[in-house]
Amino acid sequence: MATDTLVKNARAARTTIALKLAMATSGLIFIGFVLMHMYGNLKAFGGRDAFNKYAEHLRTFGEPMLPHEGLLWVIRVVLLVALVVHVASAAQLAARASKSRPVKYEVKKNKHSSISSRTMRWGGVALLLFIVWHLINFTIGKVNVSGGATTDPFNLLVDSFDVWWLTLIYLLAMLALGLHLHHGTWSALQTLGLTNSARSRKAAKTTGLIVAVVIAGGFMLVPLFTLFGVISK
Amino acid sequence: MANQKTNPPATNQPAVQTSDDAKGFYTLGEKIEDTKAPAGPIDQRWTDRKFEAGLVNPANRRKLSVIIVGTGLAGGAAAATLGEAGYHVKSFCYQDSPRRAHSIAAQGGINAAKNYKGDGDSVHRLFYDTVKGGDYRSRESNVYRLAEVSPNIIDQCVAQGVPFAREYGGLLDNRSFGGVQVSRTFYARGQTGQQLLIGAYQAMERQIAAGTVEEFTRHEMLEVIVADGRARGIVARNLVTGEIETHFADAVVLASGGYGNVFYLSTNAMGSNVTAAWRAHRKGAYMANPCYTQIHPTCIPVSGDHQSKLTLMSESLRNDGRIWVPKNKADKDKDPRQIPEEDRDYYLERIYPSFGNLVPRDIASRAAKYQCDDGKGVGPGGLGVYLDFADAIKRMGRDTVEEKYGNLFDMYARITGEDPYVTPMRIYPAVHYVMGGLWVDYDLQSNIPGLFVAGEANFSDHGANRLGASALMQGLADGYFVLPNTIRDYLVHGPYDAIDESHPAVVEAKNDVEARVAKFLSINGERSVDSFHKELGNIMWEYCGMERTAEGLKKAIGLIRELKKEFWSNLKVLGTADSLNQSLEKAGRTADFLELGELMCIDALNRRESCGGHFRAESQTEDGEALRHDDEFSYVAAWEFTPNETGTNDPGMGTPVLHKEDLIYTAIEMKQRSYK
Amino acid sequence: MKLTLKIWRQANQDAKGAMHTYELDEVSEDMSFLEMLDVLNEKLNADGEEPIAFDSDCREGICGMCSLMINGEAHGPEVTTTCQLHMRSFNDGETITIEPWRAQAFPVIKDLVVDRSAFDRIIQMGGFISVNTGAAPDAATMPVPKDKADRSFDMATCIGCGACVAACPNGSASLFLGAKITHLGELPQGQAERNERVVNMAAQHDHEHFGGCTNIGECSAACPKEIPLDVISQLNKDLRTAMKQGR
Ligand SMILES: Cc1cc2nc3c(=O)[nH]c(=O)nc-3n(C[C@H](O)[C@H](O)[C@H](O)COP(=O)(O)OP(=O)(O)OC[C@H]3O[C@@H](n4cnc5c(N)ncnc54)[C@H](O)[C@@H]3O)c2cc1C
Ligand code: HEM
Ligand code: HEM
Ligand code: SF4
Ligand code: F3S
Ligand code: FES
Repeated sequence: MATDTLVKNARAARTTIALKLAMATSGLIFIGFVLMHMYGNLKAFGGRDAFNKYAEHLRTFGEPMLPHEGLLWVIRVVLLVALVVHVASAAQLAARASKSRPVKYEVKKNKHSSISSRTMRWGGVALLLFIVWHLINFTIGKVNVSGGATTDPFNLLVDSFDVWWLTLIYLLAMLALGLHLHHGTWSALQTLGLTNSARSRKAAKTTGLIVAVVIAGGFMLVPLFTLFGVISK
Repeated sequence: MANQKTNPPATNQPAVQTSDDAKGFYTLGEKIEDTKAPAGPIDQRWTDRKFEAGLVNPANRRKLSVIIVGTGLAGGAAAATLGEAGYHVKSFCYQDSPRRAHSIAAQGGINAAKNYKGDGDSVHRLFYDTVKGGDYRSRESNVYRLAEVSPNIIDQCVAQGVPFAREYGGLLDNRSFGGVQVSRTFYARGQTGQQLLIGAYQAMERQIAAGTVEEFTRHEMLEVIVADGRARGIVARNLVTGEIETHFADAVVLASGGYGNVFYLSTNAMGSNVTAAWRAHRKGAYMANPCYTQIHPTCIPVSGDHQSKLTLMSESLRNDGRIWVPKNKADKDKDPRQIPEEDRDYYLERIYPSFGNLVPRDIASRAAKYQCDDGKGVGPGGLGVYLDFADAIKRMGRDTVEEKYGNLFDMYARITGEDPYVTPMRIYPAVHYVMGGLWVDYDLQSNIPGLFVAGEANFSDHGANRLGASALMQGLADGYFVLPNTIRDYLVHGPYDAIDESHPAVVEAKNDVEARVAKFLSINGERSVDSFHKELGNIMWEYCGMERTAEGLKKAIGLIRELKKEFWSNLKVLGTADSLNQSLEKAGRTADFLELGELMCIDALNRRESCGGHFRAESQTEDGEALRHDDEFSYVAAWEFTPNETGTNDPGMGTPVLHKEDLIYTAIEMKQRSYK
Repeated sequence: MKLTLKIWRQANQDAKGAMHTYELDEVSEDMSFLEMLDVLNEKLNADGEEPIAFDSDCREGICGMCSLMINGEAHGPEVTTTCQLHMRSFNDGETITIEPWRAQAFPVIKDLVVDRSAFDRIIQMGGFISVNTGAAPDAATMPVPKDKADRSFDMATCIGCGACVAACPNGSASLFLGAKITHLGELPQGQAERNERVVNMAAQHDHEHFGGCTNIGECSAACPKEIPLDVISQLNKDLRTAMKQGR
């Protein structure tokens, strides 16, 4: 229902734009993380030692200034906070959106928008489910679906992706990630106010495409090559 | 404080009318005089008037209320300014937002005597051009004031953030407009009216937030309340709920725009109406020069019976386009590109070699009509002439033409489905603006105390013909600078005794409105409102349009009277009174147009001369040009309403009374216009 | 042409509405879309059925009053207003679905007419430059670079029609809001109130129950005045700046 009152004591931090800013910032943190993570994963092509050394290095980085796993915990905390912020803002924005149009159209066409932009919410939920499973799979639970050892990260990785359906789940998740990043990257730039001209907007969209392809593609390499036996124990 | 100054000697004599074409259709009343303009040299009058007008203490302003009907340039600007000053303003419009008033549609620009181009412009020159353009039928002190405040308008609008066109150096750009030799027109691409209106609208919205202005959108004023000799309020219908509301104030301002829609087809908005003004007229306010209508030469021609309105193409097109018709009637259905140069008649260039395609609006319009009457018109119904850019495209290149006129060409293409870059456009004149309106004095006050009229709704500044880009100037001058100063002098004596619903004048006004609404819904005849409005429009266009004759006008009066009778007995309006009912709204407007149409014909019949937008076939020079009769008609015709004998509610328009206001010039000498 | 029209009819704000189907013959290509509806209304009136209420005023594409969702597209298939849409954009025998703008902030008043007063209130919260009449300096004392003036103008061409809201999957009015922020923000005159303006207007936008923008871009594609997405970026940037500066 329309109102007929004016807002008193408006604060910038309470607007939906502030929510979006939170969304964009947390999103950019994720992008930074997945970029690094993807790069780390590619070490798997270097074989067990390269990969494990990398995993080890992550944990010993900065020692003795930082405690063991210090950096990792910093990253974990940042990621966790970002996730909470990201998901909470997404939920609020989605709730607002569904309330903003109580009566739906009989016919509604989408003229201009990309599929990725319209699937952000479902894609986000898929990613959330994926992350939960992924952590159970590789960090918290260390579940080896093939029943092998879980102490050696490389081993766990190869065992996991030797299973076709698990690989498929990962590939699908990466597809979702690609879509999410395709819109998300440009969207974050737009939200941060960095696309004030047709030119910069185009550049941001191209960036989105590149980020999506590089990250999703890069991630897909390891499971695929493992499945096809290029990467093996 | 009394002003001891005297006016400079007059350059003309009061008119003595010897002809009496409208005999029997009117009665003659007393002369009227505008006593508000201070005497003295013309360039001192406004300063003196502002000084003499009383002042209201800021603390008292809150207790004084003003109703403003209309949110166009005039009404919006007035609401913002009076709100800023601290008065309590109630603002009304029939649209869903004040920002939609028809001022928004103005394309070309707004004049101001800034002389930024250094081409010799001055307040005096703008004054002179406006009086001359108006064919010496306007009041000189008003026009001078208009020119005098014009520079302030530009300053005000720029400060508000109106994005006028600029040059590369960052300074404001100007263009020239038809009928004048200096560049004094400020513009914002082809959307000047929009930008100016949004400026005024925003200023007004700011006051709404500040609590000084209340806005009533989707409200239509249907009656003015005149209590104890003063305008004290209005009766309005809430168009959404149908509720008939009364609103009271110490003064009422009508800024309700023009009534060009009496012709059904015009460039006005669908809802533009005369109701606000006409209801005031019925309550005693004089209607001045109602027959002065401006017909714009460059509109997109009618394409069929379904047509609901006409679209203006900016006059600037005439700067580069060439107007022609085929020399041979047989060629009129041919593809214009197949007609060789020697078979084309560039009639404006031929008849008016010095001004060519840039002759003033009335001349260009009439010339097109004559070509079409002659059977040379092109397009559907033979009502159109070509406006050809082939030469311009050859000369400047398509890109330049596109840059200058691209949006107009697109609009044309969208409406007609033809590509104007390839085939010449077709244009035809259409009703565009009315110079007539409620009579006001120098203070913009009508003859009803407390009833002020601003913008196109009053008759004030343009005489018999308005120059391009001058209506926006007048609307904003009235709203920002004139009215807020003059209304003060009235409010100084307020607050007036409070009135309420029980006052007999209020009861009567409200009952009248309710009865009318009930009547429309109960006639239960056969014909739709639009069919009556269309028929009225046809009569007006045929007999009271570009060329008028005594015989035609008399015929029109007869036809209108017939139509009026049928309207009140055979109208069909469905729906209810207590909801949004657009047919009901139109019925009220059409009823008032029917009466106005009759008065326009009577006014045109009486004025046996040709001046500005009013062309009487009986009064032309040997070579067919307009011929004024200053000795007989240099006066403002202000008409007073009389109810007819039977005194019934609505078909009740009796014989109007004519009051003349002499036009005496001191700062200018009358000349016959010539554009040859 | 012959057309089948499916049109939303609703007696008043509180009534329940429904789609109704009408057949219409002898529609000419040269008619505007609204003239086609005028013809339908004349027919309904003659048949004793109350005409369909829809908004329009200027019918020149500038006042922003007209507002129809036509076959799922705000203002129909062309980049223009409903009143400037002509029947030559449709085919003989076509079925056309006509609905009002749908948004919580734009309640339906009757049939195809909605209440857009929320836009006015957004403007009230700061869509202006505070300058009292008569207090303005000479216009020439404030030069504005041409590119800024032009950009400001482009964004000021918004007609307040609401198509952006109607088309946005989130029901957001960010394009409308951004257009005004950019119009005033590009000008030197607009700087003093810049922070306050964006915060207040954005807050009112949310208060009116418009959705938040997720940069989908349907708004700009539906906008008859082709207001670009830049303005939403500008809006976000201005808000971020205001937040940084303590608003
Ligand atoms: C297409 C077009 C182009 C033009 N181009 C130019 C140009 O380039 N330069 C120029 O100088 N002039 C131009 N003009 C003329 C000029 O635009 C108008 O004369 C001027 O804008 C009128 O302003 P206004 O404030 O008097 O009335 P309007 O802007 O017409 O406003 C009338 C107001 O009154 C309200 N209203 C009316 N009746 C009622 C009622 N009964 N109850 C409640 N509210 C009511 C309406 O809602 C509206 O708010 C043009 C006109 C047209 C039609
Ligand atoms: C973990 C990897 C994720 C990454 C890299 C990521 C990245 C992003 C980015 C960059 C944006 C754009 C922000 C903006 O518009 O300004 C975004 C938006 C969004 N994200 Fe994520 N996100 C991730 C996970 C999630 C999850 C788990 C969810 C939901 C549960 C989610 C839901 C959304 C939604 C709904 C949007 C759209 C809102 C918007 O565009 O503002 N995302 N995401
Ligand atoms: C095919 C793709 C992926 C592979 C092969 C992969 C593999 C791994 C591996 C092996 C680990 C454990 C590393 C270690 O413990 O040292 C890990 C951890 C992790 N992965 Fe992935 N990952 C993939 C995609 C993703 C994606 C898309 C995300 C986020 C959206 C993600 C988020 C994480 C997180 C948060 C951790 C935990 C880090 C920690 O706290 O230790 N991964 N991943
Ligand atoms: S931004 Fe475009 S679509 Fe939105 S209100 Fe303005 S003109 Fe209409
Ligand atoms: S479509 Fe909606 S989500 Fe934003 S970009 Fe436009 S307002
Ligand atoms: S009716 Fe004015 S924009 Fe369509």
